[in-house]
Amino acid sequence: MTYLILAGGLSHERDVSLRSGRRCADALRAAGHDVEVCDADSSLLARLSETPYDAVLIALHGGAGEDGALRQVLELTGVPYVGSTPDACRAAWDKPTAKATAVAAGLSTPESVTLPHATFRELGATAVLDRIVAHLGLPLMVKPARGGSALGCTAVDKPDELPAAMVQCFSYGEAALIEQLVVGTEVAVTVLDGAGATGDGGARALPAVEVHALSGVYDYTARYTAGQTEYFAPARLSSAVAAEVSRVAVAAHQALGLRDLSRADLIVDASGVVQLLEVNVAPGMTETSLLPMAVEADGLELGAVLGELLERAARR
Amino acid sequence: MEGRPPSRPLHSTLDAFTDRYADRTAGMTASEIRALFAVASRPEVVSLAGGMPYTTALPLDAVGKLMSDLMATRGAQALQYSSGQGDPQLRELICEVMSLEGVIASPDDVVVTVGSQQALDLVTRVFCNPGDVVLAEAPSYVGALGTFAAYQAEVVHVQMDADGLVPEALREAIATVQASGKTAKFLYTIPNFHNPAGVSLAEPRRDEVLAICQEAGLLVLEDNPYGLLGFDGPPTQAIRARAELDDVVYLGSFSKTFAPGLRVGWVLAPHAVREKLVLASEATVLCPPQLNQLVVVDYLTTQDWRGQVEVFKDIYRERRDAMLDALTQLMPEGTTWTKPTGGFYVWLTLPEGLDSKVMQPRALSARIAYVPGIGFYADGQGGRDMRLSYCFPEPERIREGVRRLAGVLEQELELLETFGPTTQPIRLGHAQAETPSPDMA
Repeated sequence: MTYLILAGGLSHERDVSLRSGRRCADALRAAGHDVEVCDADSSLLARLSETPYDAVLIALHGGAGEDGALRQVLELTGVPYVGSTPDACRAAWDKPTAKATAVAAGLSTPESVTLPHATFRELGATAVLDRIVAHLGLPLMVKPARGGSALGCTAVDKPDELPAAMVQCFSYGEAALIEQLVVGTEVAVTVLDGAGATGDGGARALPAVEVHALSGVYDYTARYTAGQTEYFAPARLSSAVAAEVSRVAVAAHQALGLRDLSRADLIVDASGVVQLLEVNVAPGMTETSLLPMAVEADGLELGAVLGELLERAARR
Repeated sequence: MEGRPPSRPLHSTLDAFTDRYADRTAGMTASEIRALFAVASRPEVVSLAGGMPYTTALPLDAVGKLMSDLMATRGAQALQYSSGQGDPQLRELICEVMSLEGVIASPDDVVVTVGSQQALDLVTRVFCNPGDVVLAEAPSYVGALGTFAAYQAEVVHVQMDADGLVPEALREAIATVQASGKTAKFLYTIPNFHNPAGVSLAEPRRDEVLAICQEAGLLVLEDNPYGLLGFDGPPTQAIRARAELDDVVYLGSFSKTFAPGLRVGWVLAPHAVREKLVLASEATVLCPPQLNQLVVVDYLTTQDWRGQVEVFKDIYRERRDAMLDALTQLMPEGTTWTKPTGGFYVWLTLPEGLDSKVMQPRALSARIAYVPGIGFYADGQGGRDMRLSYCFPEPERIREGVRRLAGVLEQELELLETFGPTTQPIRLGHAQAETPSPDMA
């Protein structure tokens, strides 16, 4: 079997993606698999035509890697890939759509509004922001409606901080999601479909990974600088809450129709309610990323897990 | 297997050395800005961000032959250690190169370094204690700011205008530092075709700046990698050429006149300083790479290297013209920029209310890369500024890049109209973390 890892791309998360790709390649090669790594660029389709890869692992973050577009093209080529279908990706990638789906499935997610720049321009920024603050209260988290790695995200404590946060956010995308900022225990829960020890085909949550950014904000620097964040796997949760975060992550995975793997980012609020922030269909695989930590905490090897997912994809 | 105890629980920051790092590593963290530059290497992106010389224009066949001949005739010597001070013949040739800008020097006072970046490191190491002040232009070369930060020196920026460093601002900065009870060790200056500002220190000001420093007992650290790349006429006389021997430490480089990949630069210093620089260099790299030094020797002695500099100048002049023309045609009202007469860079200042760092993601989405101005200051200035380089892209790509930048500015101005002027929080870190790595076009 020869597998292809796609890493790089043209999104703002290219650097993270390149690191994810290298980490996946190292893990798969250590597990005895034959893998190649390439960028998702204008040479990709020719490469897929020339080389009969058995399956593709998408380590592209943001943009085409997560919005379903690249997977749609892979479907056209007939090359099997690990991960969710284009339709499911589209739903998960768009945060307000994912949140609405989660709510419909009975899950909790911080209340929010999503608006494009045009709305603020046409109706007046001050008036719209005042309404948002009146409705959602403070503090708030402003984030691009689509995107990852906390890029363009700003926590807002005071109303006069909002315009700067909006300007920052709109540099990353056309729509901003303004969400109640929930204070609590931040955890990430990886969900695997039947990989690793279970092998029964059902979705299974790996141990939750708790993140505690030493600066207080789990931003880009905290995510990708070793030493800036304290990680706990499993998270320091009671068994009941640990079971609940697992349930929520699996429920979100299923409600969004995801396949093979996903990572849900959650916050356990002060009253113990598990709030879903977002679900990632191409989770980070870098040295400081949370999915590999969950895999290790579960007693599995990253290379073995990815190898199993690739083998399963190849059989599809 | 649900509910089984995890096999390998984790409680870690993923860095076992957190409590053991030196203070000078503070701020050496992953940077969103630097990460965003990753896409600039893709061909879809017009990069006006990097500062890579256009080595494609070198006579590569001839260089290949001289390297082959070198290996055939002096291979054992080329692959051996050199002296810590550098190859003697190269030091003689360096003196000939410097004479083109009026510098009369002895090869004994030259130390060959691994690029002039190592020379910057050595000089700072030899002169600066933590907390000492270095005066530097506003803005200044990011590599120098990184070095000063590494030695925990405090940078005080001195205002420039279209004629370079402003003498009165220099006087005021010196007085302010003296009044604060701190010690200013040297003035770091790039008098020719400044990186990133694109301006040059005007002829009449050179003597004045030197006199101010002499009066204050302040050493001048003259960094001159672009001096031979002027587009209009012969090179301007270096500050070192006007000074007493003890007034100036001079840095030079073959990175722009020949090849940056060879990493061959030099420092010319007063005798007493030179002795210390040699020992400091030996403690750092033992000796500069002998193979690369001999390649430079053979290039200077067998090739028409001055003719090649003219080739480079013609290429860069055409690209400078393309950039300035496009900026004139396309930039919105309120945008200003410098008009370089040599070197690689234009320094652009955005209309009031715009922030070059904040708009960087939009620019990269539009497939245009630049370096936000904040990376060229040690104190958080530069929010409205950006560095545009014209050294590497073809003229047509430069025009396309400016066109894309204009579209980005138009959208940013719409945001400004919607949300009004905003103040983004400034987080001071290592300046180098806010700029691209050296291998980026």
